[in-house]
Amino acid sequence: MREIKTDQIVQTVRSLCIEANIHLRQDVIDRIQSCRDQETSTIGRQVLGQILENADVARTSAMPICQDTGATVVLLKVGQDVHITGGSLSEAIHEGVRQGYEEGFLRKSIVQDPFRRTNTGDNTPAFIHTEIVPGDQLKITIIPKGGGSENMSEARMLTPSQGLEGVKQFVINRVRISGGNPCPPVIVGVGIGGTLEVCTFLAKKAIIRPIGQRHPDSFYAELETSLLNEINQLGIGPQAFGGRCTALEVFVEVRPCHIASLPVAVNMQCHAARHGEAVL
Amino acid sequence: MSIHKIQTPLKDSELQKLKIGDSVLLSGTIYTARDSAHQRLIQMLKAKETLPFDLKDQVLFYAGPAPAPPGKPVGSIGPTTACRMDSYTLPLLDIGLKGMIGKGARNQTVRMAMQKHSAVYFAAIGGIAALLARCIKSSKIIAFEDLGPEAIRQLEVVNLPVIVVNDVLGGDLYEEGVFKFKKN
Ligand code: SF4
Repeated sequence: MREIKTDQIVQTVRSLCIEANIHLRQDVIDRIQSCRDQETSTIGRQVLGQILENADVARTSAMPICQDTGATVVLLKVGQDVHITGGSLSEAIHEGVRQGYEEGFLRKSIVQDPFRRTNTGDNTPAFIHTEIVPGDQLKITIIPKGGGSENMSEARMLTPSQGLEGVKQFVINRVRISGGNPCPPVIVGVGIGGTLEVCTFLAKKAIIRPIGQRHPDSFYAELETSLLNEINQLGIGPQAFGGRCTALEVFVEVRPCHIASLPVAVNMQCHAARHGEAVL
Repeated sequence: MSIHKIQTPLKDSELQKLKIGDSVLLSGTIYTARDSAHQRLIQMLKAKETLPFDLKDQVLFYAGPAPAPPGKPVGSIGPTTACRMDSYTLPLLDIGLKGMIGKGARNQTVRMAMQKHSAVYFAAIGGIAALLARCIKSSKIIAFEDLGPEAIRQLEVVNLPVIVVNDVLGGDLYEEGVFKFKKN
């Protein structure tokens, strides 16, 4: 058993929240740069240029990349040989979010109840997903997830007969009808298989894969490439002003599924694709 | 695609010159309002109460900024998705609202009403909020403080960069832009 103190978890979550919201990751910056070089629309090139300039300003002035600093989605991988001491693990996560959002001047965007919409004032609760894995480490991933892109996401239970074509149409159509709402260029996370909640969670996990990394199974790697190509022929372009670069990436994650089902989910992520991770 | 420098309150003569895709650098007073603020404004209108500010010839920025760090008037600020405000927009156009700043397309009803009232919808680029914050010179909460980031703020802006999406002629940049670049 290895002990990890909740104090350390609070500190880690606090800094990850601030870091992730201020620093646009290098893989995202590099891809936006190459998309700008290939963009044929003048206004599209300007938009991509401003996104890059914003990343610079955000970093140097310690301001959030986007005012929507998100709902805080937290993925935990808890080693089965870890013993958390000093209090509740989930309370430590919420406390880290509370401190990070206060001290980092991040926006508090959570309401207490879907109908009686009072702001909780500290961006809690975080939305925590826990996996127990072998080992004695704790991996914490923070995804500050913007509302504009999250709202354009969707899950659908297709039938097996709709097959690959059905899935492709569903994904491409989702991007098409989203238009400018999710702040293109987007990252499209696709979850296929499992059950309703599994495919949705897969889509969420898909959006944090590093840009440029293809699925290890060549069948799905090809699906990712062909979806990306087709999406970038839709004409939507940066901020939907018309152009070539609609998506920076498409990532597909899959699981086995029931003989009767073909579940598919799309989680849209904007160009302000933020996440941070730490291993304790 | 031209660049226009425009001062609020908006004037019809200037709005007539704007075409979809044009860049506008906006200066003067504008007001933030998001979902909950809109809901309250509409409730007040229905109850025939006086609104906290006069909307005539004014511009609403669909935005809820991040908190201001020390020494700055406002934190990062940028547009939210405009279609969520569609169902509240017609009564505001009726009392003189002339400009809106957001991101994403408006519905057909709002587009027709904008044309009728010679109002314009601008897009600000979403996700460049640290950059846009530089154009905000002052910020003051003037209504609904309890809404936190959704409170109505009066902003003084200088050269805030926006793009004309719906002009007074009924054009729509999103439709025309996609049409131009679509491959199949
Ligand atoms: S969709 Fe993303 S980039 Fe756009 S406003 Fe929301 S968080 Fe910011």
